Amino acid sequence: MDRFRMIFQYFQSNSESVMNGICGLLALASVKIYTCLDFSCPCLPHYNMAYGLGIMFVPPIALFLCGLILNRQSLVMLEEWRRPQGHRRKDLAVIRYMCCSIMQRAMVAPAVWIVVTLLDGKCLICAFSGSVDPKKFVGFANATLAQAQEMLSRVPCKEDELMRNSTSRRAVSRYLRCWSQALGWSILLILIIAVFLARWLAPCFNQAALLQTRHWSNYIDIEQKIFEETCCEHSRLFAHQCILHFFESMRKEIRQHSFDLPREKEGEEDLLQGITDRDQVNKLLKMWYYEKPPLDVSQVTHRHPLGQERSPPPCAGSCGARSKFTQHTHM
Amino acid sequence: MDKFRMVFQFLQSNQESFMSGICGIMALASAQLYSAFDFNCPCLPRYNLAYGLGVLLVPPLILFLLGFVLNNNVSMLAEEWRRPQGQRQKDAAVLRYMFCSMVQRAMIAPAVWVSVTLLDGKCITCAFCTSLPVEALGNASHRGLPQGEVKRVLARIPCKEIYDGQELIANEVAVRYLRCISQALGWCFVLLMTTLAFLVRSLRPCFTQAVFLKSRYWSHYIDIERKLFDETCAEHAKSFAKVCIQQFFQGMSKDLTATHCHPPRKAPTDAGEASEKLLGITDWDTMNIALKSWHRCKPPLHLHPDAPHSSNGWAGEWQPHTQPHTQPPAPRREAVVYYSGV
Repeated sequence: MDRFRMIFQYFQSNSESVMNGICGLLALASVKIYTCLDFSCPCLPHYNMAYGLGIMFVPPIALFLCGLILNRQSLVMLEEWRRPQGHRRKDLAVIRYMCCSIMQRAMVAPAVWIVVTLLDGKCLICAFSGSVDPKKFVGFANATLAQAQEMLSRVPCKEDELMRNSTSRRAVSRYLRCWSQALGWSILLILIIAVFLARWLAPCFNQAALLQTRHWSNYIDIEQKIFEETCCEHSRLFAHQCILHFFESMRKEIRQHSFDLPREKEGEEDLLQGITDRDQVNKLLKMWYYEKPPLDVSQVTHRHPLGQERSPPPCAGSCGARSKFTQHTHM
Repeated sequence: MDKFRMVFQFLQSNQESFMSGICGIMALASAQLYSAFDFNCPCLPRYNLAYGLGVLLVPPLILFLLGFVLNNNVSMLAEEWRRPQGQRQKDAAVLRYMFCSMVQRAMIAPAVWVSVTLLDGKCITCAFCTSLPVEALGNASHRGLPQGEVKRVLARIPCKEIYDGQELIANEVAVRYLRCISQALGWCFVLLMTTLAFLVRSLRPCFTQAVFLKSRYWSHYIDIERKLFDETCAEHAKSFAKVCIQQFFQGMSKDLTATHCHPPRKAPTDAGEASEKLLGITDWDTMNIALKSWHRCKPPLHLHPDAPHSSNGWAGEWQPHTQPHTQPPAPRREAVVYYSGV
């Protein structure tokens, strides 16, 4: 139990590391999806560009939105932004900080996808093979424009029968892949330099304000978690009380109709709460379904769970006259 | 008990991460199911469309219904919806919240199946190969084939081994074209689903946060209350059974001493608890009689409050008990039968 409490506290205090973990998982998932994806360029004049650029840019958008959805802090930030002011002032700097950190984390998976796509090269070859200047390559220089376009758009498809053994096809392919990888490495370098600068230069500017905003954004996160946890605990206690009162009222009613002298309860029979009969149990269960007790545990002694007039029990003969239960008397 | 309560609280309060985990598992299971599935296009003109669209649309429906069946909260929702109002009002917002969250969770596996199917491309290739634009991609006028024949040839595109229309339209060209369309559809579908999910999640705090907090609390409450009630009933049943069985053995032992006229053998005080637990049944025959009696004539579901004290009503009557109502003394009889009409 202690271990659970420790894990619980760890998650409570380290929501940052949980979010970093999710961010890393999404990045890995994006690489995995790219490798599993069967990239097949259509090799048709107008479709190539649409397909190539589509594969390069549409999945990153979906991954970005996934990153926002899976990040718990985005909900916290939105609630903080939209809440009525009430007694607590809103600090825009905190909201901005939370927004920035959410965006940064959500942008990791799309960036990984784009970089992997460029380093692999297939997308760019597919998209831009039709835009290459045919005069630069021996095999296409002599063809008419239309023919050259047709042949160039088939460059990405290695197994195409026209282009299978064409050296010019390989030349175009290498050329485009070279551009693609150069672009990929440049983007990676720029991103890493940007992150490096951001982390190293941030302490030089306004460190005190940064510490404050970080503290309060962490606070808002923890406060919301603890509120949810308290609500859960409260609803459990509420339910417990409600059920106990229900059983208690059942027992009172049974006692009222059965003239038992109050006697010492012993051991197991104490736990039975006065319900010791098949019919009594059935009645209790039926009551639970047909008339759930009201959500009000403040009034313990004045409840009438049957919702009917209860006459004081005078004597055996006329006791059941106004009850809704039939009475069998064995005389 | 306490440990379970801690786990329960942890899972409940970290509902987000728990539910994200469940969703992730369902998505992976759906993807795994697709890869395990052996896709066999029939390569016949009218059957292709039916098979392709069937594989695309029927498993998601099954997965969606399965998501409902496997969700424990479905019975909770149904119970809350159908119960008589009684003393507790019903809140439509709570019911709506429970229903929405169940639907959202049940939609994950079907969405993953449809995405994976479209991104893979085999289904669309199979379903729409007869609708290829042959004029654009191949030689439509080649051989002057009639429409039906063209369709028959095109239908064999997914089955490379038997494809005989290479002059009409190259197999690779057709497959590439169809797969490109399929993947475009797949990515659009994925983008649409993630956009919808994002909108649903992000618009809620902007508009209905207070109602949401209320509905979430009360739906948790209903769940916890139901579980606690089941727990309480289980404990009650355990105590009931214990007392019932104890009274059975005690009654048995008393009857034996009464009929056999043995003086009640008090266990020697220094023999410890073990012999007290024997409840007076200490030999083979007696035990057999007790077991037979338990099988032939189980005691009534009615615990006698002062059975341990009285020993006069049972002499000679430990043969099959039929009327529980005849045993207890008169005033209590009325209490017993009072509820028998319920």
